[in-house]
Amino acid sequence: MENIQTTLGQVNIASIIIFFAFVAVTLAITYWAAKKTKTTSEFYAADRSISGFQNGLALAGDYMSAASFLGIAGMVALKGYDGLIYSIGFLVGWPLVMFLVAEPLRNLGKFTFADVVAFRLKQKPVRIASSMGSLMTIVFYLIAQMVGAGALVNILFGFPYEVAVIIVGLVMISYVLFGGMLATTWVQIIKAVLLIGGTTFLVIMTLAQFGMNPITLFEVATEKYGDVILSPGGFVKNPWDAISLGLALILGTAGLPHILMRFFTVPDAKQARKSVFIATGFIGYFYILTFVIGFGAMVLVGQDVISSFDKGGNMAALLLSESVGGQFFLGFIAAVAFATILAVVAGLTLSGASTLSHDLYVSVIKKGKTDEAGEVKVARIATLIIGSLAIILGLIFKGQNVAFMVGLAFSIASSANFPSLVLSIFWKNFTTKGAVASIITGSSLAVILIILSPTVWVDIIGNPEPIFGLKNPAIISMPASFLVAFIVSKLTAEKEAAEKFEDEKLRTYLGIGAE
Amino acid sequence: MGINSQRVHQILTSDKFKDLVRKRLTVSISLTIIMLLAYFGFMLSIAFFKDFLTIKIGEHITLGLPIGIGVIVFAWLLTGIYIHWANNKYDKAVRELRNEILEN
Repeated sequence: MENIQTTLGQVNIASIIIFFAFVAVTLAITYWAAKKTKTTSEFYAADRSISGFQNGLALAGDYMSAASFLGIAGMVALKGYDGLIYSIGFLVGWPLVMFLVAEPLRNLGKFTFADVVAFRLKQKPVRIASSMGSLMTIVFYLIAQMVGAGALVNILFGFPYEVAVIIVGLVMISYVLFGGMLATTWVQIIKAVLLIGGTTFLVIMTLAQFGMNPITLFEVATEKYGDVILSPGGFVKNPWDAISLGLALILGTAGLPHILMRFFTVPDAKQARKSVFIATGFIGYFYILTFVIGFGAMVLVGQDVISSFDKGGNMAALLLSESVGGQFFLGFIAAVAFATILAVVAGLTLSGASTLSHDLYVSVIKKGKTDEAGEVKVARIATLIIGSLAIILGLIFKGQNVAFMVGLAFSIASSANFPSLVLSIFWKNFTTKGAVASIITGSSLAVILIILSPTVWVDIIGNPEPIFGLKNPAIISMPASFLVAFIVSKLTAEKEAAEKFEDEKLRTYLGIGAE
Repeated sequence: MGINSQRVHQILTSDKFKDLVRKRLTVSISLTIIMLLAYFGFMLSIAFFKDFLTIKIGEHITLGLPIGIGVIVFAWLLTGIYIHWANNKYDKAVRELRNEILEN
């Protein structure tokens, strides 16, 4: 194999210029958005002014993290087909979001998914429990993103890790603090367009070397690395592990607070469903592209070179960009990867801030009695709290293995947020105590089991044998959460909640009275 | 926008509304089950019928390749089927019921 020259790891002028151009444009948008962000509906939900198509792009921008771009391309480059299996898990949750939650959520809620869970139940206990589930999901997801951002920028631009974490944190706080949901949405839309455009171009440049025929690329790859790379390999060693991870990914997607929150930005249920169709299309297309990118890197860069930069293969897409498009294109893709992180953390921070202000401060502490200006002020303070927390956690977890935290976030989302949300929409006899018990069971089981699992107990703490054998807890924690919800609700019948269920249908199915 | 609560009760207990809710649940739940079957069917075939996915359909290309890509495309097509049904059938029925409630 020829020795590949790369400038990866050196200061790339193109990359820095493109990245700062992105920050400048998005901050200009934030300035524009800030003028339109005065009321709570504007701050949390962009005044419901986002179209279905725009929201679809923003959802895609919120969901496609740098980890799924660099990580999955790297996994494909090193393991072939197994990378595809992994990305499929991240996609198939989207149809479920559409079939089960998007429209009822839009019709019943106001700003957060806890609005829906608490719709006919007792506000205080349900809000507190839901907030716990939301905040845990958001914080674990944020840690993974911030640590990834620091490490990535360190490699890409040569900045120190700490500087990178602080830059990401400050820019993200500016978007949310001043521009609220409107600015966050546009950051996500721009990022989605850049990422999809950039990866499309990368795929075209790659395929150009194979007569524009992906089959030729796959064939060259198998000639070089054997037929094994086009067959399922070791990804599904333990079928229970695979099913558990699958459950966490597909049901967890329908329980991610920052994703669910986006459905309040569109005017009605019809636009909510349209946005899922658009998002699923773009995300699916993107995962197919990353598969081709992974194979391109495998053939044109080579597995040895890729793993010499990073054992997990995270640099595969970047090395390929340089190989097919030179230093400028490397800079472009690197800047896009960084912008990707900014858009994801902004969405997470806004969602965390709305949980703190709307669910906890306003609904629990103030019992719903605040004025508009007061709530927006609290939401902004909450943004500062979550944003600073993200920076601090990013600094604390420097150099730690935090990859499992994304899996944990999805597990909590599937075991705490998803069951309570779905049951509150579809089950008449769901009760306050049932909801609280279900959320506590799902989230604590998810956390405890992951600590006892091979991922933490063996790989991080360093014990020889795991206490809980599966890498992902969802197969236990999710059914347990549903079971507890069912048993406790049966034992604590709540007449008022069951009666309200019939009236709620007017809003769930017809949208009458929806905010 | 006068909402007469007696009228609302009438609508909520009407066959037309109950039918709408039933259809909506049937479509949502059927499509959810189809998606879950497709996904877990794919995962289980990886776990237990790996030979099936490694069948060659070209010189090197395996059957697993179009099936894997196919699951992604299928997921998207399902959202398309749902949206087609909802925009044409469901929304029409919703509009009729809304008008009955809001216009009297």
